[in-house]
Amino acid sequence: MSTQDSGNGTDASDALVREIAARHVARPGGLLPALHAVQDELGYVPPEAVPTLAEVFNFSRAEVHGVISFYHLFRTTPPGRKTLYLCRAEACQAMGARALEEHTRARLGIGFHETTADKRFSLEPIYCLGNCACSPAIMIDDFVYGCVTPNRLDALLEEG
Amino acid sequence: MPSAENPGMPEVACKVFVPRDTTARSMGADDVAAAIAVEAARRGESVTVVRNGSRGLYWLEPMIEVASGGVRHAYGPVQGSDVPSLFDAGFLAAGEHGLGLGPTEEIPYLARQSRLTFARVGITDPLLLEDYRALGGYEGLAKAIRLSREEIVDIVTESGLRGRGGAAFPTGIKWRTVLNAEGSQKYVTCNADEGDSGTFADRMVMESDPFVVIEGMTIAGLAVGATMGYIYLRAEYPLAIRIMNEAIEIAEAAGLLGDDVMDSGQAFHLEVREAAGAYICGEETSMLESLEGKRGMIRYRPPLPAIKGLFGAPTIVNNVITLASVPIILAEGAEYYRDYGTGRSRGTLTVQLAGNIKRGGLVEIGFGRPLRELLEDFGGGTATGRPIRAVQAGGPLGAYIHPSQFDAPLDYEAFAEFGGMIGHGGLVVFDDTVDMGEQARFAMEFCAIESCGKCTPCRIGAVRGVEVIDRILSGVDESDNLLLLRDLCDTMVAGSLCALGGMAPFPVISVLDHFSEDLRARKIQ
Repeated sequence: MSTQDSGNGTDASDALVREIAARHVARPGGLLPALHAVQDELGYVPPEAVPTLAEVFNFSRAEVHGVISFYHLFRTTPPGRKTLYLCRAEACQAMGARALEEHTRARLGIGFHETTADKRFSLEPIYCLGNCACSPAIMIDDFVYGCVTPNRLDALLEEG
Repeated sequence: MPSAENPGMPEVACKVFVPRDTTARSMGADDVAAAIAVEAARRGESVTVVRNGSRGLYWLEPMIEVASGGVRHAYGPVQGSDVPSLFDAGFLAAGEHGLGLGPTEEIPYLARQSRLTFARVGITDPLLLEDYRALGGYEGLAKAIRLSREEIVDIVTESGLRGRGGAAFPTGIKWRTVLNAEGSQKYVTCNADEGDSGTFADRMVMESDPFVVIEGMTIAGLAVGATMGYIYLRAEYPLAIRIMNEAIEIAEAAGLLGDDVMDSGQAFHLEVREAAGAYICGEETSMLESLEGKRGMIRYRPPLPAIKGLFGAPTIVNNVITLASVPIILAEGAEYYRDYGTGRSRGTLTVQLAGNIKRGGLVEIGFGRPLRELLEDFGGGTATGRPIRAVQAGGPLGAYIHPSQFDAPLDYEAFAEFGGMIGHGGLVVFDDTVDMGEQARFAMEFCAIESCGKCTPCRIGAVRGVEVIDRILSGVDESDNLLLLRDLCDTMVAGSLCALGGMAPFPVISVLDHFSEDLRARKIQ
């Protein structure tokens, strides 16, 4: 396995992934909670985590990779300091989400699944935050904002 | 403050209710709660801020309430900057203020509802077990414990309850199948992967009345002999995840979950499993795969999950609202619930008014009321004040309903007659500025993004659907491509393995049928 990896950071994160995997391996269906735990700790699921998870769970690397890649909310690259989730679903569309999306892309200078050069924001699409009576909605990390106008979005980005 | 200094002040702190539900917070409820605490301290008033759930009158959020003379009075929508003037107006004693809404229960939007499943939602702090019990909580489970498994299933069957997630399958029949299935281990799973745009009823009940979900699942466990339950909860609902987890801990500590539920001698354990943002995992077999820690690929049916579900064991898969409706059915009886509704659609429907609507929110009401009543009397038309052009009912796989169809009653069968779907009860309203060609395109785009990839009609069809619509909108062989689009829709409907590919064409077909003027070449590209 990849214990011969270079920096201390990698060793440390490998130990962390191994510890998380060990904690979840006995739970039925434990791989998904383990992946969440890894992402909660590291901000993403690094490619180096795949062999470790595969080893502990006794899956092939392909199986672990397959699970990670299936789900939209697992990411394999480090996120910016904050993640902005922009709802693209119908209720928000009815209240101007398409225009808000264009505004956000222009304002941040990035598209979906990208991170600003200064690493302040990652931008992700999301399909419904369940805030549909106060559309359009966005989420920054885990806080939802409703009735978001372009001006309000600018103000929130300033705060971030 | 102590009454020694202010003899006129009441001894007991005045309670102010400020919702902690996601939507209320998204509109500034946390700021309001903080401002009330600061202003109360500044004025030396004794105030307790209770973070209750939301009443679901979302256009009025943050809607705060005070209890005065045993009656709750509401004010909203309140911003932090309104708080000093509310104190000036004596709102703690229900004083008059521009944001005053009068007694909460008399607000017509609420007064005209039949809140059965949502009976407690928004009234108290959702994590206070004693409040839950004081408002009738755990009466259903107490009754269930005295009944045989068959009797519990009979009551649920007689109530006429059908799956509220969208498919509307009779709940009692599903439970009976699991009850009769062979298996030493059985499971109860709650599908809380509420992915349909325009729906938030599951989120609301989990955030504002989590114990009712726990109680409903526990009754389901007793009914079929399942000792383990999972709530598959979408990651897009971080607050609901937090509240459900806390509620489970509280219920465990109180002996309402665990090895000996309510001294019944029967075990029921419950765990929240966080989803990871795949819409397809709201499909029940895909959800089971995901609960098993795998890719959420759908399964062939048969076998039904009721026979061979989670980890191969007989499994109940029910939506949050379905399970949350069970306690009141047990507590009040099958007839009580069945007396609401019409035809084969019994009980209440939790309608969610969303999108471009003046008064968006949660309306729980007996089945059978005309769609127009919801949109106009409750909803008040569009938020923008323009005419309604289309309403999408039943989520991203539901048809766009034309105003000529607004007299249809909200009833599963009546909607099916015109190709519509009530689904999970979400109504997304669009005004006359909507581009229905774009909406048709999005239906296919969404299916392409969310397809699990198992079957060809869905995986490839959705991508081709986007391409064909793009060609139509850019004026390439318009009439041929319109024919091709219908043909593609037929193939997807007839050939897909599950509802995603099988129903994603419904919104597209509805645009072809009722809004065809928007599926034309664009003048400017």
